[in-house]
Amino acid sequence: MSSAEGTVAEETEAEVERDEAREALLAQFTAELGDAVIGSHIRPGDALWVRVDAAAWRTAAEYAKGGLHCEFFDFLSAIDWLPSPFGRDMDSQEDLVVHGKEPKEAPPMQSGYAGGDTRFQVLARVASTSRGHDVILKADVPDDDLSIDTWMPVYAGANWHEREAWEMFGISFAGHPHLAHLYLPGDFEGHPMRKDYPLLARRVKPWPGIVDVEPMPGGGDDEGGDGE
Amino acid sequence: MTAISDREKLAYMAAQAADARLNVELETEGMTLNLGPQHPATHGTLRIVAKLDGEQVVSCEPLCGYMHRGYEKLTEVRSYPQVTTLVNRIDWLGSFANEVPFILAAEKLMGIEAPPRAQWIRTILFELSRIANISLFLGDLGLQLGAQTMGFYAFRDREYVLNQIESATGGRFHPNFDRIGGLKDDLPKGWIDETRRAVGKLRDFCDETDDLMMGNEIFQARTRGIGVIPADVGLAYGLTGANIRGSGVDWDLRRDNCPPGLVYDKIDWKVWTHPDGDSFARTWVRLQEVREAISIVEKLLDSIPSGPIMAKVPRIIKVPEGEAYVATENPLGEMGYYIVSKGDLVPFRVKIRSASFNNVSIVPWVARGAYVPDLITILASLYFILGDIDR
Amino acid sequence: MIPLLAAFAPPYWLATVIKVLIVAVIVPTAALILGILFLFKVMSWMQSRMGPQEAGPRGLLQLLADGVKFLQKEDIIPDKADRFVFKAAPVVVLMSTFLIFVVVPASRNLVVENLDPGIFYALAVASLSVIGVLMAGWASANKYSLIGGLRAAGQLIAYELPMVLAVVGVVIQAGTLSLTGIVFAQNSQGILGWGGLGLPFILTQFVGFAVFIAATQAELTQPPFDMPVAESEIVSGYQVEYSGFRFLIFFLAEFATAFAFAAVAATLFLGGYAIPWIDAGSDWYYLLGPVVLLTKILLVSFLIFWIRFTYPRFREDQLQTFAWKVLIPIALLNIVVTAVLKVVL
Repeated sequence: MSSAEGTVAEETEAEVERDEAREALLAQFTAELGDAVIGSHIRPGDALWVRVDAAAWRTAAEYAKGGLHCEFFDFLSAIDWLPSPFGRDMDSQEDLVVHGKEPKEAPPMQSGYAGGDTRFQVLARVASTSRGHDVILKADVPDDDLSIDTWMPVYAGANWHEREAWEMFGISFAGHPHLAHLYLPGDFEGHPMRKDYPLLARRVKPWPGIVDVEPMPGGGDDEGGDGE
Repeated sequence: MTAISDREKLAYMAAQAADARLNVELETEGMTLNLGPQHPATHGTLRIVAKLDGEQVVSCEPLCGYMHRGYEKLTEVRSYPQVTTLVNRIDWLGSFANEVPFILAAEKLMGIEAPPRAQWIRTILFELSRIANISLFLGDLGLQLGAQTMGFYAFRDREYVLNQIESATGGRFHPNFDRIGGLKDDLPKGWIDETRRAVGKLRDFCDETDDLMMGNEIFQARTRGIGVIPADVGLAYGLTGANIRGSGVDWDLRRDNCPPGLVYDKIDWKVWTHPDGDSFARTWVRLQEVREAISIVEKLLDSIPSGPIMAKVPRIIKVPEGEAYVATENPLGEMGYYIVSKGDLVPFRVKIRSASFNNVSIVPWVARGAYVPDLITILASLYFILGDIDR
Repeated sequence: MIPLLAAFAPPYWLATVIKVLIVAVIVPTAALILGILFLFKVMSWMQSRMGPQEAGPRGLLQLLADGVKFLQKEDIIPDKADRFVFKAAPVVVLMSTFLIFVVVPASRNLVVENLDPGIFYALAVASLSVIGVLMAGWASANKYSLIGGLRAAGQLIAYELPMVLAVVGVVIQAGTLSLTGIVFAQNSQGILGWGGLGLPFILTQFVGFAVFIAATQAELTQPPFDMPVAESEIVSGYQVEYSGFRFLIFFLAEFATAFAFAAVAATLFLGGYAIPWIDAGSDWYYLLGPVVLLTKILLVSFLIFWIRFTYPRFREDQLQTFAWKVLIPIALLNIVVTAVLKVVL
């Protein structure tokens, strides 16, 4: 991919300014929250990730809204970093071509940008329409007590997002007035988005891979077409 | 800025107090009305439980999830081209627009840029799906308010745009046309001129809507001052698109944070806002946006570069490890995909940020104190698609 | 032929039976004509579509097919509904429509009963349908019906007044309440001395005509006044629990009432069964009268339905404001001006 090399060379020159803006943001965060900022990551010209301590989750939101003028609430969700115990569920032609006959072994659990120590992380993004900057906030949710502060007093829109994160991942938000099911029926048991919750469709019928054209009713012998 | 949280707290307290009042007073009984899930006013299976005092809504709660398909779980077992097909069906009225942010996020992680011709055509199809989506909104608003003729005119004129989308991509509703690195196919011969003619007809439709609906005194009486959303409340709820531009916030992702891959910075175009924040403002902004989309399409059609339609991309796509978030200004609002990739065939986690989810979460706040017909107007003017809310 | 008709003087009981039969036939037929012509065909053409095409030649028998369909449906009454009131409600609404046809003249003698307080009787009887609507809304044991019924009660009562006041202007000009007398008055007077066109009261009472048409739209619960039946909100309002032939009665009643009000409007404002060049008492009207009246009815109905298909609907409080703060003052002003001009000129 030769285009990537050319752009990398340009980026190191042209992106320094953009870099600086995001680094300034990060510096402001660190100045305000101090030790609570555990990790960060900047992709130049694109986005800023900041990982804060779980106890400082709401403080980070308040600073983002007040100090950084990020009054626009984008989304709040969670990530489950456990590699799926069911594998990739794709025994298709592509899988075999890429990995050979044996399915690839599941890698150890590893978090993404800005690091992470626990299985669950909450993820949120806020932006500023007036200043034009944005920040993606992450926080580890402690493994033994899946609970973190609610963002509702700061951003009213977090209401539904937190309800969804609770019902999908099982992370409870302390202080949320009405943590009830949003998408799922009221008596649903389990938290579907967790990696160890199976996708039942694939358990019932494994992925068929490249689907050949069904033979004609008379029993004609069709060459299996490329079913991409 | 704690004023928002105070207001929200007051809203909750007011709703609780009203609840208590309704249950204790013996003279009048509040009524709980279920709007939906089967109801002509909610564009799909949305259920709204409204507590009424006479004709006024004391509190209301939208209950979604009747169409939850588990997209985020499904994307974890599908390869990137398969996810593209899946994602078409989130906002099914402007479905090409759903694919674009996903493809752009994957391209960002892979470091690929689509060739200029593909970018141009991508943007044109993006705007065409915007025209198709919002012209249905205009007709549907008329239908909700009782002007049945508007609905028919909208469906009739939308056909021109859908025909163009179909002739380019093969599908009216689910094009499935975007690919990582470019597009599936090049345009058919004569498509450019036909599209120019088609969007010209849409311009007549916009003028007709202006006459028939926007200038109508009854329409104005039904929408002016109804469902006022102040800008700060809208931003705290994450309202996007024409909803927030109708409240005076000058924020459009096509101009302000345009991801590489769409060519809005190559042409001149205008962002429309309206200061009022009521239903009329939101409708007016959408009507102007359709007109603007038509002129954007015409300008882009005049300047399509020639060249390849697809960059050099491996046959089996494995996106390198990393995380990326790309959001675009979809017809319904801001739609974004947060892709977490582990360097594999399939994404590790895809968080779909859909516009209608945030747009509908504000309904309890807006609808307090409104009349039942106003609730319908508010729902219609906030404009959501069930697939977008429920994913 | 005409002298024969003129000389036909049956005994009272036979005449009454014939008149009742004719009205009983006219009402459904009128509903049929209006329904097919306006609801299906004209509405479709306005909305740039073709309308029903299958039933009968070019879809003209669609309503008959619909009627048969309704008749063969199961009669469902909700469990919690008040059975007697539920069954009686559509009948009450339809009855009031039949009663309006008693005074509408198709010619000097082709009228069921030439009542002296003609228009007063017609308006009084038209307001009986409010009771039927309320009965339907309450007896259905359904919250949507209740909302629809309450909205209807407020609306229909509110719009009675503008209708009556609009008519008062015509009455002052004509000098009589009897509908036949009003037709005679329009036929015999002239415009500024020229008797060529007669004096259809729409020319002098244009304000009254506008108010009357607006009030008629409201009395028929049609857009822009169709809050009680707001289809996209409360899905048919007070009619929502009715199915089968009970709904058919409501449906018939709506179009038959439209026909009746259009007939009244044509008689009051457009000259009724008379055309200007033939004197209103002439015997030609035995044949000509119904035809002329039908034409004028179709014209007025076209206007009513045209407004129906175009405008969005008012909200309930805006509807009431419109009646009480706009239509009634205008109608009152119209009466004052008419009275003054009648005395002065």
